[in-house]
Amino acid sequence: MFAEIWQRLTDWHPWDTWIVITAALTAMACSLPGLWLVLRKQSMMGDALSHTALPGVVVSFLAVTAARSLGWITEDQLDMGTQIALMLGAVLMGIVTTLLTEWLQKLAGIDGGASLGVVFTGLFAIGLVLIRTMADDLDLDPDCVLFGQLESIVWRTWSIAGWEVPQATVLTAVMLGLNGLLTVLFFKELRLASFDAELATTQGINARTVHYLHMALTAATVTAAFQSVGSILVIALLVVPAVTALQLSWRLRHVVVLTLLIAAISAGMGHVLAKVAPPLICGPLGWPAVQDASTSGMVCVAAGLGFVAALLLGPRGVVWNAWSRTVLAMRIADEDLLGQLYRVEESTATGDATAGVSWLVLLRLRWLELVQRDTAGRIVLTESGQTRARDIVRRHRLWEAYMQKHFALPDDHLHDTAHRVEHYIDPALLEALDAELETPATDPHGKRIPG
Amino acid sequence: MLSRPIFLPLAQLNWDYNTQVVFLGTTLLGIAAGVVGAFMVFRKRALVGDVIGHSALPGLGLAFLFGEWMSPGAGRSTTSLMGGALLAGLVGAGLVLLMERTRRIKSDAALALVLSLFYGGGTVLFSIIQRLPGGGQAGLGSFLSGKTASLLAADVSMLAVAAVVLLGITLFFFKELILIGFDAEYAAAGGWPVRTLDTLLIFLVAAITVLGMQCVGLVLVVALLLTPASAARFWSQDARKVVALSGVLGGLSAGLGTLISATWPRLPAGAIIVLTGLGVFVISLTLGRQGGLWERWRGSRSLQQRILRDDVLRGIYEILEASTPTPDRTGTFSPSELRSRHSWPTRQQDRLMMELIDEGSVISQGDRFRLTEHGLSLARQTVRLHRLWELYLMEYANAAQGHVDLHADVSEHFLDPRLLAELEERYGSRIPMGSVPQSPHALPSAVSPVESH
Repeated sequence: MFAEIWQRLTDWHPWDTWIVITAALTAMACSLPGLWLVLRKQSMMGDALSHTALPGVVVSFLAVTAARSLGWITEDQLDMGTQIALMLGAVLMGIVTTLLTEWLQKLAGIDGGASLGVVFTGLFAIGLVLIRTMADDLDLDPDCVLFGQLESIVWRTWSIAGWEVPQATVLTAVMLGLNGLLTVLFFKELRLASFDAELATTQGINARTVHYLHMALTAATVTAAFQSVGSILVIALLVVPAVTALQLSWRLRHVVVLTLLIAAISAGMGHVLAKVAPPLICGPLGWPAVQDASTSGMVCVAAGLGFVAALLLGPRGVVWNAWSRTVLAMRIADEDLLGQLYRVEESTATGDATAGVSWLVLLRLRWLELVQRDTAGRIVLTESGQTRARDIVRRHRLWEAYMQKHFALPDDHLHDTAHRVEHYIDPALLEALDAELETPATDPHGKRIPG
Repeated sequence: MLSRPIFLPLAQLNWDYNTQVVFLGTTLLGIAAGVVGAFMVFRKRALVGDVIGHSALPGLGLAFLFGEWMSPGAGRSTTSLMGGALLAGLVGAGLVLLMERTRRIKSDAALALVLSLFYGGGTVLFSIIQRLPGGGQAGLGSFLSGKTASLLAADVSMLAVAAVVLLGITLFFFKELILIGFDAEYAAAGGWPVRTLDTLLIFLVAAITVLGMQCVGLVLVVALLLTPASAARFWSQDARKVVALSGVLGGLSAGLGTLISATWPRLPAGAIIVLTGLGVFVISLTLGRQGGLWERWRGSRSLQQRILRDDVLRGIYEILEASTPTPDRTGTFSPSELRSRHSWPTRQQDRLMMELIDEGSVISQGDRFRLTEHGLSLARQTVRLHRLWELYLMEYANAAQGHVDLHADVSEHFLDPRLLAELEERYGSRIPMGSVPQSPHALPSAVSPVESH
């Protein structure tokens, strides 16, 4: 199997490199405005903008076709003219979508989500009808717009310094440069307007202007990206790297860098997956004809896998939380048993402190050489176990003494609280308690406090 | 009407058995979607339907591939495809609700995340299906972009039955769903099983979404849920009426959209149905009686008219007060004198003067005008109210003498009758009914004061 994977990977063409570069540039270009969308709690605006880009794209194409037939632009200028018209159309649609959504929300008094849904489905439907009715006049494939064909970018190239560079690569590189530049230049403004629009306004930053510029830029990025990854898949590139990065860090500067990194890695992994994974899965199922899969889709899958990994393994992720909870539970169980053993040995009574205690705890304590079996077969503390146990009981009894002195609690209510708190008293607090109580000899129940 | 070219195709529509059945089916589906969608909008979960629609894509792909794997050709069964779509949609919605509960992912990000990742996964599956030997994705296209006009009677009867059943379930839990839509915490405190009801609502939405997908496609299906409910908001504030209307408007848009797309089969059916719904929405937005554009425009216009009328009558009275000391105020005034007192536009003043002449409040006397008996009583009433209000403001709001005119001017147009009655009761004993009290401050001379309206 590894031989097969290796063989597929060594079968690497120059266009594979271009596809990976373009996918990475696209993903990074999208992830920057996407990060601000996520931070501003407007992630679904990315969904809406990637849908409403469609009518903008169709109208731009129509405008360029009309301009060519009127002789305003020559055949040579067609590609560049198309790109410029697309950008203008995208910025326009971005602002129209934002304004319409806000206006409807205010007017109808409905939830923002509902007005967004009405606006973007309506505009998307208009785009679909336009595509179908104008299909004869347009060099535009609806499936390509919706699903994207990263594999086909190599067919449209520009010749730059002797290199045949795919147009989509140049376009997304320009978009990434623009987004990066604006993020660096307006970092302070974006941060303030995203986290506290009112504070930003009092600081002389026009939060509304920042908002509209951000939306226009997002729409322009979406339109630049749709040609390579498809208009609907763009939303994954907008949102997923940012959400993943936010699982890994809380520092905004770190999050920006992480977002870009995650986007680029997802893109590379996506193409590798698209080349390698399908035959491995489909071959055994009896479909040897399936040799690869859609790269743009696989980029989403890779981004999704990255998100799940971050959710599980991140610094406050599911695994970390479960681990730290387990460690705490283990410590509490250990300390409870040690304290119990200490009390039994102290009173010279013949109670069984280990009744109801999990064998796991016993096993662990024996392994740590904190307890041992004596000649009679009973579980007793070792020397190091006694030191630990003395410390725990000291914490418990000092706390009881402290509570009795400062709180009007009946004596029989002290034990339960102390039993919980004893695990959280650190040496410094223990010192302070001892000093405050002037090193008492006994606890409220008359038991000796071990020193 | 029917002779006009645009209606010709509709009149020539082939109204055969299949068209009738499809019309009935989509109308029922539209009604069910409208009703369920209204509850989703109330619950502020409008876009969950969108997530379910997009999440269904990998479900469709997997169901197709599984069918093909079992036996080639079996993947195209509508039932198993719908089952796969429903399951994947529910899983997607469930993940959204789960992520919302953890604090680290905000609800909007959860929606976008699930939607895009499921959709991306679906795209991969579809690209694999396309590379399968023989046929490719035939039969799946209808779920992606809808195929209303070419639906078959057999498919539709299932659709209609399912829509009626879903509608029945929704109406059975009407009260509970309204309750969680408006105040989930209150409902929970009252012992209602909010989580179960939420799950029920999500299930209803998922079922509607999967059914509607065949008509309008999975990207647009959320419009069936949201647009009628948003349109209904412009006709009523009563939740029950909004739900009912949402159903009616949903049925209307879906039915009409089906007819239009059956007439022009070249146009994409799903988009046409959605655009018909959008048309219904725009009409509601424009003409709706609860905050529609037309109503708003008329409301603000009539308010402006009333303010202007009050101000002009008071302006006339104050001119006459200065020129004729006798209480019958038989003096005359000219439009230019009136204009110099306030800054209202000439055209509006002229139109109002015409109105006052028409109703017999003002008559012309040479090239000047004077008030009739009727006009004088109107003017007296207006000025009396203004000055009573000024007195009140000076006494209770500590308004300075020089400022009270401005304060009163801003608020006097919005006083309600009960307040007027109270003013009369408070100051009426000092000032006999029907007469006008002295102005508590110096009146402006003919020089226009700086005031804006």
